[in-house]
Amino acid sequence: MKIHEYQAKQLLAGHGLLVPLGIPVLHADGLDQAVDQIVQETGSMTLVVKAQIHAGGRGKGGGVKVVKGTEAARQTAGQILGKRLVTHQTGPEGRVVKRLLIEEGVSIARELYVGVLVDRGCGRVVVMASAAGGMEIEEVAARTPEAIVKEHVDPALGLAPFQARKLSYALGLTGTAARNATSFLQKLYQAFVALDASLIEVNPLVVTSDERVLALDCKMTFDDSALYRHPEVAALRDLDEENPSETEARSHDLNFIKLDGNIGCMVNGAGLAMATMDIIKHFGASPANFLDVGGGATQEKVTAAFKILTADKDVRGIFVNIFGGIMRCDVIASGVVGAVAEVGLRVPLVVRLAGTNVEQGSKILAESGLPITIASDMADGARKVVGLVKGQVS
Amino acid sequence: MPILADDKTRAVVQGLTGAAGTFHAKQMREYGTKVLGGVTPGKGGTVHEGFPVFNTVAEAVAKTGANTSVIFVPPPGGADAILEAADAGIELVVCITEGIPVLDMVRARRAMDASLCNLVGPNCPGVITPGAAKLGIMPGYIHQPGSIGIVSRSGTLTYEAAFQITELGLGQSTAVGIGGDPVKGMDFIDCLSLFEADPQTKAVLLIGEIGGTSEEEAAAFIKANMKKPVAAFVAGMTAPPGRRMGHAGAIISGGKGLAADKIAALRDAGIAIAPTPADLGTTVAKLIS
Repeated sequence: MKIHEYQAKQLLAGHGLLVPLGIPVLHADGLDQAVDQIVQETGSMTLVVKAQIHAGGRGKGGGVKVVKGTEAARQTAGQILGKRLVTHQTGPEGRVVKRLLIEEGVSIARELYVGVLVDRGCGRVVVMASAAGGMEIEEVAARTPEAIVKEHVDPALGLAPFQARKLSYALGLTGTAARNATSFLQKLYQAFVALDASLIEVNPLVVTSDERVLALDCKMTFDDSALYRHPEVAALRDLDEENPSETEARSHDLNFIKLDGNIGCMVNGAGLAMATMDIIKHFGASPANFLDVGGGATQEKVTAAFKILTADKDVRGIFVNIFGGIMRCDVIASGVVGAVAEVGLRVPLVVRLAGTNVEQGSKILAESGLPITIASDMADGARKVVGLVKGQVS
Repeated sequence: MPILADDKTRAVVQGLTGAAGTFHAKQMREYGTKVLGGVTPGKGGTVHEGFPVFNTVAEAVAKTGANTSVIFVPPPGGADAILEAADAGIELVVCITEGIPVLDMVRARRAMDASLCNLVGPNCPGVITPGAAKLGIMPGYIHQPGSIGIVSRSGTLTYEAAFQITELGLGQSTAVGIGGDPVKGMDFIDCLSLFEADPQTKAVLLIGEIGGTSEEEAAAFIKANMKKPVAAFVAGMTAPPGRRMGHAGAIISGGKGLAADKIAALRDAGIAIAPTPADLGTTVAKLIS
């Protein structure tokens, strides 16, 4: 799960980490008060207006502006709020900015990078740091991998003080700044573990002219599997930033991701679902979605899944590809037939069933009288659905 | 002698009395697996569906002589169940549970790395040696004894592969689903080295997916250490970056974990690549014909 920068900074502050003074603006009418309050509390007229969307590259896309004075702040904020922001991560359609963060300007001496994540290879948390703050870490890793320093953390010990010191000195810090950075890194690791984060990226981590170390920007994502024990984090989900059909799918406990093709897929199992997308591409079309109905889906869940596919205006054909293991083919067939009875069928439907109860499943489909194309195997099904969709388009 | 599971396997089921544990313990027993009992704290001393129930794995091991555990415990207790099995002297733990928090697995992995116990999973279909033992949730009937080893990060794609191989009149020595989580037990390399040493296995089919670098590491291992032929498929050529494709570990992040990179690494190591998931069986069959 992703959250906004302002939420991430609030969580950091709650774990004793320094962040700039900032006030989120969730509605346009909160703007004036936020701007005035920051100026009052800091006594400085330098303000930063930051678009809050779940995508990186906001600065380059024009979503982050440093301004002088309350009037300029209001004006800039007014321009950004409601604007469609396009960055390298949003895709060409961009994202409408619905929330802002108004922050104090900070006097920056150095910009650094620090990231905390799980290193899958060794199965441990790794704290990474680089002196090249503000740059994308992937870019640094590609150009100058030696510029990234890493410390792997023993989960029984946590990030040891000596490890945090090693990182701080490797960043070229000295004196008070080094001590502050060491403390920052340890608290950051503690926050990562306490929150069950999957990534915390502070980029840039800045050293101010008075040697304070604070998070000027922060990106935080969470382990979905651990949200059950962090209701306060789960509550930070912003549905405005998510695709509505994905939100609907999640409410039915379905794994669904919207893609940009036109063949809707319903599959059981994540690997088979991905492989189904791939084989559609292999036969010359593109999948409209990833959808894994899971191993033990009920008829109701299958119906819900099918309705999500049929509601998608981009979908020109549907491919149901099931290998029944625990999931029984008759349950899938009943779910599909039930969904079509409810919402109708406006596009070609190709179904491939194999495995447990395949005979019963095929019988249900055949007796339904619905215009369903039956496929003998995965390749046959993909070929057929692609053919039907292309025939329809041309 | 296949790998991991054979006729010497003596299993207990942790989380036996839950719905999934009950259903699959019975399925495993029907398949012919020696399922000697189960563990559910608080229900020790009772008998469930003909299985004796114990409060702890240690007690189950002492009373039944079990050497293997299959875990169906819900996610919050999943990592603890793995540690309990290892502590009780179990040699092979197969953890089916999906959705164990990653940091729980980071802690469990640290303990498992220092243990002699093998862990398969979590978030996996399990291990099957056709005709000998089924330790997991895969449908037994799609398998038959044979000479192809399968190691896979995906559940249903493993079934698809086993089914295709069986249809071709071949069979499997052992099929291992290593699971779709980012932090897990045995990885490709661990299973590949067992298959290389297993006289029954003549060829291996490896099924990978986006995320991480296990396939690249497997490619290097195969090139350097394996004489047996290997075929491979990697799912997720069309997966978008930054999105978790069902499995917790199936995500392209920071430009890493792309299917194309994995396929290139495997191909460079001389491994036969199945062009589509419909060619899993034929691609590996060609290697031994």
